[in-house]
Amino acid sequence: MGGFVTLFQQAVAFGTIIMFGAVGEIITEKSGNLNLGVPGIMYLGGISSLLGAFFYENSTDNPIPIVCVLIAAVCAFLASALGGLIFSFLTITLRANQNVTGLTLTIFGSGVANFFGGSLNQLSGGVGQLRVPATSDAFRAQLPGLSNIGGDIGKLFFQYGWLAYVAILVAILAQVYLSRTRTGLNLRAVGENPATADAAGANVTLYKYLATCIGAGISGLGGLYYVMDFTQGKWANDGTIESLGWLAVALVIFTTWRPKNAIWGSYLFGLLYWVYMYIVGISRASQELFKMLPYVVTIVVLIIISLRKKRENQPPEALGLPYFREDR
Amino acid sequence: MDNNIAVSMRHITKAFGTKVVANKDVSMDIHRGEILALLGENGSGKTTLMNMLSGIYHQDSGQIFVDGQEVHITSPKDAYDLGIGMIHQHFKLVDVFTATENVALGMDKSAAKNNKEIAKGITEICEKYGFDVDPKKKVYNMTVSQKQTLEIVKTLYRGADILILDEPTAVLTPQETDKLFAVLRNMKADGKSIIIITHKLHEVLAISDRVSILRKGEYIGTVETKDATVQSLTEMMVGQKVELDIERPETENKELRLTISHLSCLDKYGVKALDDVSLEAYGGEILGIAGISGSGQKQLLEAIAGLQAAEDGGSIVYIDPETGKKEELIGKSVTQIKKMGVALSFVPEDRLGMGLVGSMGMTDNMMLRSYKKGHSIFADRKAPRELALKVKEELEVVTPGIQTPVRKLSGGNVQKVLVGREIAAEPTVLMAAYAVRGLDINTSYTIYHLLNEEKKKGTAVIYVGEDLDVLLALCDRIAVLCDGKLNGVVDGRTATKEEVGELMTNLKEKEATA
Amino acid sequence: MAAAVSHKKDPLIRIARRDSMPLWKSVLVRVIAVIASLLVAGIIIYLLTGASPLNVYKSMLQGAFGNNSANYSQKTWQTIRDTMMLLCIAVGLAPAFKMKFWNIGAEGQVLVGGIVTAACMIYFKDLPPVLLFIVMFLGSLLAGALWGLLPAVFKSKWNTNETLFTLMMNYVALQLTSFCVAKWENPVGSNKVGIINQGVENQQGWFPAIFGQDYLLNVILVMAVTVGMFFYLKYSKQGYEISVIGDSQNTARYAGINVNKVIIRTMLISGAVCGMAGFITVAGSSHTISTSTAGGKGFTAIIVAWLAKFNTFTMILIALLITVLDKGAIQVATEFNISKDMSNMITGIILFFIIGSEFFINYRLIFRKKEKEAA
Repeated sequence: MGGFVTLFQQAVAFGTIIMFGAVGEIITEKSGNLNLGVPGIMYLGGISSLLGAFFYENSTDNPIPIVCVLIAAVCAFLASALGGLIFSFLTITLRANQNVTGLTLTIFGSGVANFFGGSLNQLSGGVGQLRVPATSDAFRAQLPGLSNIGGDIGKLFFQYGWLAYVAILVAILAQVYLSRTRTGLNLRAVGENPATADAAGANVTLYKYLATCIGAGISGLGGLYYVMDFTQGKWANDGTIESLGWLAVALVIFTTWRPKNAIWGSYLFGLLYWVYMYIVGISRASQELFKMLPYVVTIVVLIIISLRKKRENQPPEALGLPYFREDR
Repeated sequence: MDNNIAVSMRHITKAFGTKVVANKDVSMDIHRGEILALLGENGSGKTTLMNMLSGIYHQDSGQIFVDGQEVHITSPKDAYDLGIGMIHQHFKLVDVFTATENVALGMDKSAAKNNKEIAKGITEICEKYGFDVDPKKKVYNMTVSQKQTLEIVKTLYRGADILILDEPTAVLTPQETDKLFAVLRNMKADGKSIIIITHKLHEVLAISDRVSILRKGEYIGTVETKDATVQSLTEMMVGQKVELDIERPETENKELRLTISHLSCLDKYGVKALDDVSLEAYGGEILGIAGISGSGQKQLLEAIAGLQAAEDGGSIVYIDPETGKKEELIGKSVTQIKKMGVALSFVPEDRLGMGLVGSMGMTDNMMLRSYKKGHSIFADRKAPRELALKVKEELEVVTPGIQTPVRKLSGGNVQKVLVGREIAAEPTVLMAAYAVRGLDINTSYTIYHLLNEEKKKGTAVIYVGEDLDVLLALCDRIAVLCDGKLNGVVDGRTATKEEVGELMTNLKEKEATA
Repeated sequence: MAAAVSHKKDPLIRIARRDSMPLWKSVLVRVIAVIASLLVAGIIIYLLTGASPLNVYKSMLQGAFGNNSANYSQKTWQTIRDTMMLLCIAVGLAPAFKMKFWNIGAEGQVLVGGIVTAACMIYFKDLPPVLLFIVMFLGSLLAGALWGLLPAVFKSKWNTNETLFTLMMNYVALQLTSFCVAKWENPVGSNKVGIINQGVENQQGWFPAIFGQDYLLNVILVMAVTVGMFFYLKYSKQGYEISVIGDSQNTARYAGINVNKVIIRTMLISGAVCGMAGFITVAGSSHTISTSTAGGKGFTAIIVAWLAKFNTFTMILIALLITVLDKGAIQVATEFNISKDMSNMITGIILFFIIGSEFFINYRLIFRKKEKEAA
């Protein structure tokens, strides 16, 4: 049991990162924009929160936790949304290809993040010396009251930094927004059949812009969680965020574009990714094969949904396609 | 202004580009509580005119009055706000949404209601007019008729008082048509104005109060339905016979080339597009195919070309002019048909989407159907280049060069490239769909001339056309399709325009089934 | 009710598709885009480092081509080597993209090609050099082809989304690489494969130096593929089929082309060439395998192929531009003591500008004419 508890805890922490990434990308893709810049956006989110926190903590002797949180979160969200805005402007207004633009955004984001990350490390005197203790601690604070619950139950469910619960909340809100609200309905229509949405009076361009920017902002919170909670406020130019970003893109497919599935799907991805640590007697080499599992599972899901042709599980019909009104 | 007039259109003109004038100085009125049929042949500008009412297009000049006030309709939303709703031929529905969600789509926030209330509203409308819509059903599970019903309900829910239906019966079975007409009458009784765009005369007579006729973009007139007959409407719709100076050489050595029997095909929606058609085509004659567009012409030609699957029981037999050998074409692919030695040329309706590669120049397009020739892994471009130059010179194709992407040429030149290539293949069967659509007079005559040349060579020419004057002047025999059925074959030299027009629009139930 | 509808006017700017643009003009637009992006990047560098942009660009050039006779040749050859690798992948992607098949999986195809090459170097080092060379070459082609085949089969049979499929295949390949790295690690515990067959007398599997140049064989192989692909796409029957399908599948069927067969065949070729890029990298330059063997070039190459409009000769220029920027930025970073990851940032900015400039080549803006209506 003890082993499972640790595995589960790792899976949840790991899953939270990609849950943010995936939920944001689901909202983006529901508008018909396939933004392959998720890794870049998560990079932007991560580094911006770190920059914000670093300069705040260095400017005052007594950083106030709530201010730390606000600065880091707002920086992460805005910088990521800005990445989404670049993508939107190029693909929607300038009609550039979505795949090419998204991949460029990933290159750009990783460049910006690692550049500033590296500079921050230099400023603080070398890799590993960078610290934003106040902000990191503020983000790692657990839920008051509940975290005191003892035993395995407490360990399984209540001993995570509060952002992990925010992730679940965001996923639920996104689900409710998409399936229950009028604007959510319009947004889905934009991704399915923009001409129809247009004819019905929805502002296709506005929906696409907003969904992409807000979606990017949410994805960026994954970077925030990774930096502030998962790595406790450090920065390493090791490309982890990029691979997590792609895992988030995979998770979008796995969830068949439903935020609610991202909640358990992200934890499942975490379990699959870490399960090798708890299988006795496998070599380090074979462990690497186990890390393949989330991607293999995603491919299988992708194949199954194309085989079963169940309409609800298909990608948004206009995903990746540009929409210009003059074309009708 | 007359209180009874719901919408008034005054001097509406709309042109696309510099050449095509879709509507020219059209003025007409729509009364309250009436069903008005808008009648005209293909390309007469009916849909364009109505699209200006529904906010898809905006007129170049002219005015629109609703309830006596001048309005500017620049978007579908404007039209909705004025109580005008249009049901397009291509339904504007989101497939993965339920009926309720489709109705809710794009509604104003001020009118925001939850889905339950909307579902209730849908049910109320259904009960009021006699529709049958399941609010929870997903659109992709619906039949075409159910989708259309949903479109009408959606429009009504949004408060439309003026409904425009663009060829609503084109996709319906006779039973479904009857049902539709019943609810249209209910709506009329409720004071709604209904415009139904159509070219089916018996339907016009069955449902409408008044008929307005358009021809070639111009307004011809409006008559009370009770005073109209099939003949009078046909005359107004097709106009006076225009004598065209198209040569029609006598057929020599007429010999059987294709025997089509009991051919039935489904369209991409699984609806029967071609229904038990039996027909022969002869070498040395031009066989015209007449019919309202969408009557099965596309499926007929594509079935012969090996691009369209046929239902069981149908057969297309090709008789080789040299050997007399008979070959069944159904079930064979394009490549297989070519390998059997059947010299089939096909000028499809969609020139740049099917017949030609828009991004390639003339040379590369010349080799589209023959690039496999020879054993080299490299494609021979010498012969195609020579052919391209020959076609360019003989058909006077205007292009900056034979490497210029054909997409950039004008419509007439694109068609010359396509026809030039297909004729150069020395076909024994030449099929041409709407070969002169959108072309100027001179180019059209070039095409007629080319078809006649082929006929003289002994080719079996099949010409699908929409201009009855041309069909009557060019073809030896004219087969008329109506709703996917063969509604008669007439002699091109003796038949009258009214005769063909009536066959196109009025299915002879008994003879067709006999 | 009618009052609800305001007197709306035509929008201020309308966008219309351009018919065509003279070559010189389209080149000019791109040049302006690159210059504008360099200006923006220069300003950013200035703000970050305080260094004069001119000095920065000078040191960028020096980074790519050397600044003295001692390192001139070495730096230039490294730039050429990296250009060739990027070019090779872009050339591999060309046929798939021309067919409008979104092969985002080059990264993985390169890696599996590299894995097979490394495996051959490790396990078959006793083979005669020429035979080993051939086995490595064919093995890497085969591996890349297989990686391209899988998504193609599912695309053609069940219309499975190829963008997402090929993307996922990248990470399967990446983990496979990690697996191999762990298996072959040398020395044990380093989690690195180390330079394979170094110090061994023959350096089995290494590209031989030609005319004293270590990377000349890379150039020869990649240029051969580049020229070959150009002719394949432009002059072969199969290349013709690819173009037709890319334009319209409907037209392809009309012409009697077996669309599914061509999709599968083309992806085999595309994957194979990308696999060969892995072979060239492992055998011809790094002589090792790691998870960064592809190093994101599989993604950058997508942008190269797209911007070059599938013309493999244009790809040479674009690949060179990006590599020079990359090398130059690393030099700048060293010289001004900033992080070398600045190169990706600069590359990103420049690509954004080039991508954006395509709009002005394909579309024109029509400004609303002065009021013509006399109300």
